[in-house]
Amino acid sequence: MAGAELTESAPGADLPEHPDRLWRNPEPKSSYDVVIVGGGGHGLATAYYLAKNHGITNVAVLERGWLAGGNMARNTTIIRSNYLWDESAGIYEHALKLWEGLEEELDYPILFSQRGVLNLAHSLQDVRESVRRVHANRLNGVDAEWLDPQQVKEVCPIVNISPDVRYPVLGATYQPRAGIAKHDYVAWGYARAADALGVDLIQHCEVIGLEVSGGRVTGVRTTRGTIGAGRVALAAAGHSSVVAGMAGFDLPVQSHPLQALVSELLEPVHPTVVMSNAVHVYVSQAHKGELVMGAGIDSYNGYGQRGAFHIIERQMSAALELFPVFARAHVLRTWGGIVDVTPDASPIVGLTPVDGLYVNCGWGTGGFKATPGVGWCYAHTVAHDEPHPLNAPFSLDRFTTGALVDEHGAAAVAH
Amino acid sequence: MMLIPCPWCGPRDESEFHYGAQAGVAYPADPGALSDAEWARYLFFRDNPKGPFAERWSHSVGCRRWFTMVRDTVTNEIHSVSRPVLT
Repeated sequence: MAGAELTESAPGADLPEHPDRLWRNPEPKSSYDVVIVGGGGHGLATAYYLAKNHGITNVAVLERGWLAGGNMARNTTIIRSNYLWDESAGIYEHALKLWEGLEEELDYPILFSQRGVLNLAHSLQDVRESVRRVHANRLNGVDAEWLDPQQVKEVCPIVNISPDVRYPVLGATYQPRAGIAKHDYVAWGYARAADALGVDLIQHCEVIGLEVSGGRVTGVRTTRGTIGAGRVALAAAGHSSVVAGMAGFDLPVQSHPLQALVSELLEPVHPTVVMSNAVHVYVSQAHKGELVMGAGIDSYNGYGQRGAFHIIERQMSAALELFPVFARAHVLRTWGGIVDVTPDASPIVGLTPVDGLYVNCGWGTGGFKATPGVGWCYAHTVAHDEPHPLNAPFSLDRFTTGALVDEHGAAAVAH
Repeated sequence: MMLIPCPWCGPRDESEFHYGAQAGVAYPADPGALSDAEWARYLFFRDNPKGPFAERWSHSVGCRRWFTMVRDTVTNEIHSVSRPVLT
């Protein structure tokens, strides 16, 4: 009809506006009290909490690319704390509680949506492990429920719970307080807040050497010159082995491609986050409307931020088995990150053999959800030269003592 | 995906192979004599280079033999493949 007005708005039209400038781009100073290597979510959160919780503001975050352009820009944004062991419950639940207040803390929109997460079970062994994990979570004060297939269908109507498939859904664990957030906004929120507290964010500054004297770190050599440092905190994710090698120590880490993808923008069809180990895929629907999907790592070591297409094809098969309605959707874009996986699928956060040098790595396929928690604990570690109680179990020496924290099941990403 | 030149079968799709991580890591000759730190190194520590890497692959869907490949972990360029040396 001539003159009629369209009242629907385009998908994403209601997203928040961003200011033109969120942080300064200063030249690096000749030295800082603390230099953080890696300007992703963990590095930025650590810088923020160093300033906020410890009053340590003479800090630089060095990022070799563009701010938070590594795994922070590439993950599938799932936030949950439903891991198995007490040690994991500690740090992931601390993170989740911080997520719950983070938008207010940073005074920045992060689109944190606590829409729950379902981890599907497809065999009797899956069911036993899942129920065990529910009990373990509850004993640690983490919200968790066991749902039967009908209850799974009620939470997520588009899941196929037919018994007439190769790996039927036999039930699921459900963490209601889990959800997703907008990864880029989280990075920008932390960056803006850290910058406002005096932290220098230095982009396009790659660390090419660590200066160590008498067993103590004294500075970093970068593509933008040498920068002195009282303390150096590594937060370089998939490049952790490369940077650790600059100080002469090894990490039990292997760097693999991890791919993810989005569909085109769709009307809301998927109300929660669903993960399946056996029918391997995990999927949510972002605020703007795209399906966000991922699965297992590419099997070989890789720093190329890309993987092979047969990995994508396999996760498409899994997704269509679980969600027949997705057959109408299209893959819009795929990409890859570099994930630093450890033998026990748990991170390494703490001291290194070099005085004043700290490491945060090994989050592998699941670092995003921990962002506020690890920032908090890693800042404590750097400020006090000693782990926070919540990251103490994730020491480098656990691989010698044998005190591993095996989370391959709860990690829900095939390694 | 990569086209991997199996030393016996010739070039095949990457999906025909199984990755075996770092090549040249021998099982310790006397495991009982190792300290905890040395045993930990054998169990858990492997090289993780950004660049050329000597790694093991097996042609699991084909001849099922293991071989060593030197591949660049950034570009996936394959520098060489070699058959194991029997000792």
